[in-house]
Amino acid sequence: MKSTRPIVFDTRIDDIPVRVLSELYLAMLRIQKVELKIDDLYHEDEMKTPVHLCLGEEAIAAGVCLNLGIEDYVFTNHRGHGHYIAKGGDVKAMVAELYNRETGCSRGRGGSMHLVDTSVGLLGSSSIVGGGVPIATGAALASSLKKDRRVSVSFFGDAAVEEGVIYESINFALLKKLPIIYVCENNLYSVYSPLSKRQPHNEIYRRFTGIGIPSYHADGNNVIEVYRTAKEAITRARAGGGPSFIECRTYRLKDHHGTGTGVEVGYRTQQEVAEWAERCPVKNYESFLLERKLLTSGEVERLNTYVNLEVEEAFQFARTSPFPKEDNVTDYLFQ
Amino acid sequence: MDWSKTLVKEEIDFTAGESGRKLSYAAAIREALELALTSDERVFIMGQGVDDPAGMFSITTDLHKKYGEERVFDTPLSENALTGVAIGAALAGMRPIYMHNRPDFLLLAMDQIVNHAAKWSYMFGGCIGVPLVIWACVGRGWGGAAQHTQTLQGLFMHVPGLRLVMPTTPYDAKGLLISSIADNNPVIILEHRWLFRQSGHVPEGLYSIPFGRGVVRRLGKDITIVAISYMVVEALNAAQELEKQGIDAEVIDPRTLKPLDEALILDSVRKTGRLIVADTGWKTGGAGAEIATMVAEKGFDYLKAPIKRVASLDIPTPASDILEAKFYVGKADIIAACTALLEKRSGNGKG
Repeated sequence: MKSTRPIVFDTRIDDIPVRVLSELYLAMLRIQKVELKIDDLYHEDEMKTPVHLCLGEEAIAAGVCLNLGIEDYVFTNHRGHGHYIAKGGDVKAMVAELYNRETGCSRGRGGSMHLVDTSVGLLGSSSIVGGGVPIATGAALASSLKKDRRVSVSFFGDAAVEEGVIYESINFALLKKLPIIYVCENNLYSVYSPLSKRQPHNEIYRRFTGIGIPSYHADGNNVIEVYRTAKEAITRARAGGGPSFIECRTYRLKDHHGTGTGVEVGYRTQQEVAEWAERCPVKNYESFLLERKLLTSGEVERLNTYVNLEVEEAFQFARTSPFPKEDNVTDYLFQ
Repeated sequence: MDWSKTLVKEEIDFTAGESGRKLSYAAAIREALELALTSDERVFIMGQGVDDPAGMFSITTDLHKKYGEERVFDTPLSENALTGVAIGAALAGMRPIYMHNRPDFLLLAMDQIVNHAAKWSYMFGGCIGVPLVIWACVGRGWGGAAQHTQTLQGLFMHVPGLRLVMPTTPYDAKGLLISSIADNNPVIILEHRWLFRQSGHVPEGLYSIPFGRGVVRRLGKDITIVAISYMVVEALNAAQELEKQGIDAEVIDPRTLKPLDEALILDSVRKTGRLIVADTGWKTGGAGAEIATMVAEKGFDYLKAPIKRVASLDIPTPASDILEAKFYVGKADIIAACTALLEKRSGNGKG
């Protein structure tokens, strides 16, 4: 028997403009294709950085970030390619960062786990589990003090809720009614450790309701559900209604880092991975759009061609970019 | 406000202070905070008790009434998250000052200080920095014991990406705090509670003190004493006694440990040929060890005698005043160290 269930797209989607429906697809496609390209070329060992691919989790980044403006803030974690791309981060600069180049978004000092693009509200990311959560909360504090109506989103995984700092952050956000959304991407594993070995309860979204944060859960592979849930939370935050917590249950189709599936390591089964692969958020959403005639197969093809070119261009840029100069190794320690 | 334009062009000569306006140590710090709050709307102050009647040793009393409860606010006891909050606010354009009664509680925030604040600028290729001030005051005495008296400069000195400031006079406490708020990087200021006993000359208005510039608190030719924080007071007292014994000690106050005024220390050692480092912290792996090593590496040829460290015993601070007296080092230990080094001089006949 399967442990997963099919993705159920809402039949009523009149409230979402067709433009947004196709942008959600485009955003996911972009994430997926960049990740697949990394997956494809990683063995060459030219990207000397530990990549944490988010294949299978594309819907969360896209569904949340499509509700944000360029001025809003997003803070991500070690598995941050998708959030960076969905928020509008410069893909060329991201790929160049993976290739350790001077043209990388962090000038080759950060690598895969430290992506930044201040021009679109990506103020940096932390690879310490839970580490970015209070920082995102602080950006929301700044927005609250400046009354600039920006919203801050903090993306983190299921293991982050095991860190005390997340409770501390949510407590403070509630106290100050900060415009922040805590988005937990529950992909069921922390490195190789399953959720059941780490937490006594598996409904993470219920964890913080005791201190009064509105909490939601969404199928993290259903981009429409994520989009709608995030929209409600973000709209309320922007109107001064304070923080929200959203748990999106999902699955990473790749290993914790690198390009395997984890099956070869032995902490999960081929069947489990295959079942979740059937729940691919991109493919299922594409079928939905086609069935509902929201996109034609010609349009799907054109979008795919467009993104393929974009990805090719980004990798070309990265691979032909200069490396940092070794004499500059101490640069940027201070501003 | 553009701090680079507002700050006084050059440092005011602190020695001009004998006859100038005098302020208590706490009032000097308070004045720096008020000037910052007045002149830059991005500045805000957070910390446990900053708006309570005691007001962080009276430094912040009633500032929330004057500048608003949004800009001067009490915090939950979540030192790690609140440090992250301050970092995030700084990234989003604010200039937070996070005040702590005691640095011992900074240990709860080491993840955000060391993993995040200190690394953000480098890790993101200089794209964005963290203009953050973390202020804490070291306690001493009255049975404060192991968890309310720690002097953690050694730990912070080890971490690249932080500035570490340890003022000793009201003049420096104000000027260095202004420099720290104006700086675009994370700065940790470690005060010492016993330095609050002083009053001293403090100029009005905004003035800055550059990081990495120490001062010679007493000129001398026989031996250099680099004294950190409250040990400056002990070293100056020791120097007076030593003078009676015919020993002329030079006392250097580095004021900032990170960056460290290496040139000032090396110049002094070149002149005296002898070095004592007196630190408020533990001996092993401490600030004193770093300064001694720096001189051994860069000024070995100047040395006529081995370097000596005067530092706390490598144990937690005991509560009993009898044991406390044994734990803390001071004037007597500095005198003993100097005398021991200079006895060598007479002993082996070298001058």
